[in-house]
Order: sequence, then structure tokens, then C-alpha cells
Amino acid sequence: MIVIESLTKHYGPIAAVDGVSMTIERDSITVIVGTSGSGKSTLLRMINRLIEPTSGRVLIDGRDTASESGHRLRRHIGYVIQGYGLFPHRTVAHNIATVPRLLGWDENRIRPRVAQLLEALQLDPAVYSGKYPHQLSGGEQQRVGVARALAAEPAVLLMDEPFGALDPIIREKAQDDLLEIQRKFGTTMVVVTHDIDEAFRLGDRVAVMSAGRVLQYDRPEVLVTHPADPLVARMTGSAERAMRLLSLTTAGEAALPLTPGEAGTGGPAVPASASLRVVLSELLWHGSESATVIDGDGTPRGRLTVAAILARARAR
Amino acid sequence: MRRAATVLRLGALGLLLAFLLVPQRFAPLFAPLAHGGAPAIYDQGNLAMLALAHLTTVLAACLGSTVVAVALGILVTRASGAEFLPLSRALVNFGQTFPPVAVLALAVPLIGFGEKPTLIALFLYGLLPIFENTVVGLRSCPAAVLEAASGMGMSARQRLFSVELPLAMPLILEGIRISLVINIGTATIGSTVAAKGLGEVIIAGLLSNNTAFVLQGGLATGLMAVLLYDGVAALERRLYRNY
Repeated sequence: MIVIESLTKHYGPIAAVDGVSMTIERDSITVIVGTSGSGKSTLLRMINRLIEPTSGRVLIDGRDTASESGHRLRRHIGYVIQGYGLFPHRTVAHNIATVPRLLGWDENRIRPRVAQLLEALQLDPAVYSGKYPHQLSGGEQQRVGVARALAAEPAVLLMDEPFGALDPIIREKAQDDLLEIQRKFGTTMVVVTHDIDEAFRLGDRVAVMSAGRVLQYDRPEVLVTHPADPLVARMTGSAERAMRLLSLTTAGEAALPLTPGEAGTGGPAVPASASLRVVLSELLWHGSESATVIDGDGTPRGRLTVAAILARARAR
Repeated sequence: MRRAATVLRLGALGLLLAFLLVPQRFAPLFAPLAHGGAPAIYDQGNLAMLALAHLTTVLAACLGSTVVAVALGILVTRASGAEFLPLSRALVNFGQTFPPVAVLALAVPLIGFGEKPTLIALFLYGLLPIFENTVVGLRSCPAAVLEAASGMGMSARQRLFSVELPLAMPLILEGIRISLVINIGTATIGSTVAAKGLGEVIIAGLLSNNTAFVLQGGLATGLMAVLLYDGVAALERRLYRNY
């Protein structure tokens, strides 16, 4: 758990971050979203003390981050930046081993860890270990950047626009992979982005920042249904509120129980992981009233009707 | 193409070694330039020893220049040392623009004749290329890479030695290479203050009006400079072919 207490950073007379307090839950993804100059990156960098706060403090699992030197603190906090910053003179394996080496891990412990991370990020160790960063595609570099940040099993992972340099198609895949990794490693992640869609897609909780302050910090659906500030309402897109709300729930979560004998009879099959927005779109396309929700292995798990989906899109 | 270059390189090296070790074999080539029964080949000392002394002087001076210039370059690219940049730049520029001959003239009354004044002159003369290349090399490290290094938990020292200097190294080596080549030529003036080197041959030629000597000293020096330049470049390519 990360507790941020009235954190402030002044640059001369200007407050880049102005008295921000928030609590970030364990094993969740918190997204800080805001326009450029809102102070979101400064806030993130104060968590690992790449920027020293003017006042206020940060506690990670109850421990004040100011209680040890900055570079020692950072060895236990993963960090991914836009552009990744891979070391061009080191191989992929050497890059990933950076923090374990700094921590003085034994080589016999580092090697399997590097291989495990490469595999978790769908990079074949035999192929990629010895490559240099310039030999990788953008998507591969991004994954190596994430692997490097996770190498020493940090409890907290900070990411600053981690998908900013990817093209849209790869970006969605990378976002899915990140969600998968979060589930697998149970890391507490804090992600900074300017992209509200990305924030909604990734965040268990979303903080909206503007002019150094957090305007609202809550679950994404609350941001849509009860925006605390006109800017939050504008960012979450008043015109698209209903669709946005639908995109926050998966078919699996909303599925109605199957009545015996009905399985497979109704309309298109949709995966349980699809959002209601996608399911509604499928139903409209096929002109069907109901869809069958299927598991990863194809067994029917429930059904969804247009009426049930529409009911979930209404303001509560 | 590569093979031809290698053959040419080895040929040049062979030619230089042959000339230094068995110079008398080349007498027929130089004879037309020696007039009035003067010797065609320098005979007042061992050419190989002179070349070795020449090379040693230049390498020693270059080592000094490298240590000082790289240290200065590191200092002025740290946040704490940035204010020393104009001063350091003025100093190394002065070292480059102040004529080495004048350095010798000033140094001899203070420390006497021999190798020492030459070492000082060459040391000063060789600072600039190494310093400028170090500064450019360290400054051109990508910002994202530096931020990642700090974000991974490297201390300032670890970042310098395991990221910044390795990334700047190709440029630093290039600076050293330029400095070396300039000084191989410049070192010939050391012979005016009795430092051992190939300059002796040239000066002997000038004093006795023997063009053959002058040409021998000049060619040997030039060939040494070219080979050294080429050798260091090959080493750089070998070291940094990966990125």
C-alpha cells in the first residue's frame, strides 16, 4: 500500500504538485490521468524520489520513503518510462539483470529469473537474450523495459506513459499483457497517462489531475456516473458516458444464468472477457436479441440480452 | 574491399618495419637525393630505437592528456561542475593554440633539455580533441537512458561508469586517436631540445643540407601516424560493432 500525504513540489513560485494526498491499494492498478503540465509525472517521480518533494511524504507499506537514500529506495521500485531507456550497449539479458546485479544477486539466481521474465513477456529467451536493444521492434523494447522493471520482484511498479510510443494496435495488446502480468505477479502498479481510454482500460482506480491537484480519485465507473468536477465530466466524455460505462464491465461479470436447455440457442457467442460495449456492438451487428457468453475453452457460461445490457448503461 | 584494406595495412606496416630495421637496403632509393658523397641513409643513430623513443614519448604524453581531459570532461558535465565548462574550455583551447615550439622555448630554461619539455608540449597540444569529444560523448547520452539508469537505482557513480562512459567511449576513443596522430607529427620538434625521436633525422638533414635524411624522417613519421590512426580505428570498430 502506498500512502501519499500532502505531497507538494514547488518550482520557484509555481506548484507543479500541490498538496496531493491519496492512498494506493495493494495489488491494484492505479492510473493517474491528466493533460501535460498537470503534474502527474512529477507526482509519480516523487514516489521513487527521482524528484525530491518540497513538502509532504510518501509511505510504502508503512515505511517512509525518505528513510533511505534515493538510489537504494529505487532498487525496490520498478520503473518504466516512455521510450523505455534500454541501455544500448547491453544485451537484452544484461538489461533485465540490471537491478538484480545492483542488489548483488547471485548469477545462479539472476539467470533463471531473466529467462522467466522473458517467457512471461512472450519473448523466447533463446532468441532474445543475446540481442541488443536496437535489434528489437518497438513492442519488443517495451516488453523488455517492463521485464527489466520487474526483475528484482518489486512490490511497486511505476510507469510513466509506458505505451505512449506504441502504435494503436500493439498498444491494446500491450495493455492486455500488462493486466495479465499484474494478475500473475500481483504487483501494485501506478500508471501515468494522458489517455483517458487507457486509464479506464487499465485502472482499478483512476485519479484525474489538473494544475497540480487531484480533482477526483475513484473507481472508473464513479468517475463516469458521478464526476466531481466539470473537467472530470469533460474528460470522461459526457456524450459517450453510457458507452464508457458499458466498456467497464465484462460479459462474464454481467452474464445472466443459463436456463436449462437454452444453451447455445441464442445469437452470437461472445468471450467472457469481452466488454459489454463490444457485446452490444456484436448484437446490433447481427440483429440479435441475445448472445451466449462462453469461457476461454468454449463452454457456455451464461447469456446476455440487449435489454440487460441497456439496463447497465443507465445512470445510477 | 575489406580484404584489400587489410593487405594495404599490412603492407604499410611491413614497409615501415623493414625501413626501420634494415635501412641500408633502401639506400639505392634515397641515393639520388644525397649530394656530394653524403650518406644516403641516416647513420648517426639507430632508426628503430629513434622510432621507438618517438612512439614512447607520444604515448606517454597522450596518456597524460587522456587522464586530464577525460577527468575534466566528466567534471564539467556533472551538474555540480557545469560552471567550470567555460574555464576548462578556455584552458584546453589555449593548450592547442599556444605553439608547441613556444612551449619548448619556455620550458627548457625551467626544466632543462631532454624529454620533459617535449612531454609537456605534447600533453598540452593533445588535450583539446579528447576534452571536446568527452564532453560531446557524455552529453549525447539519451535522456531516457539516463533517467532509466537513475530509476533502476544506480548511484551517480554507477551511472557514470556503467552507462555514461561506455556510451561515450566511441567518441572519446576518436578524440584520443586524433590527439595521437597530431602528436606523432608534432613530436618531431622535440629533437630541437634533444629529446630522442625521428625529428633528429629531419634536423640532421636540415643541418647538413641532406634532403634524403629529411625525407626519411618525414616518411617514417607519416607512416607511423597513418598506421596508428588506422589501428586505433580498427580497434574501435571491433569494440563497438554491436551498437
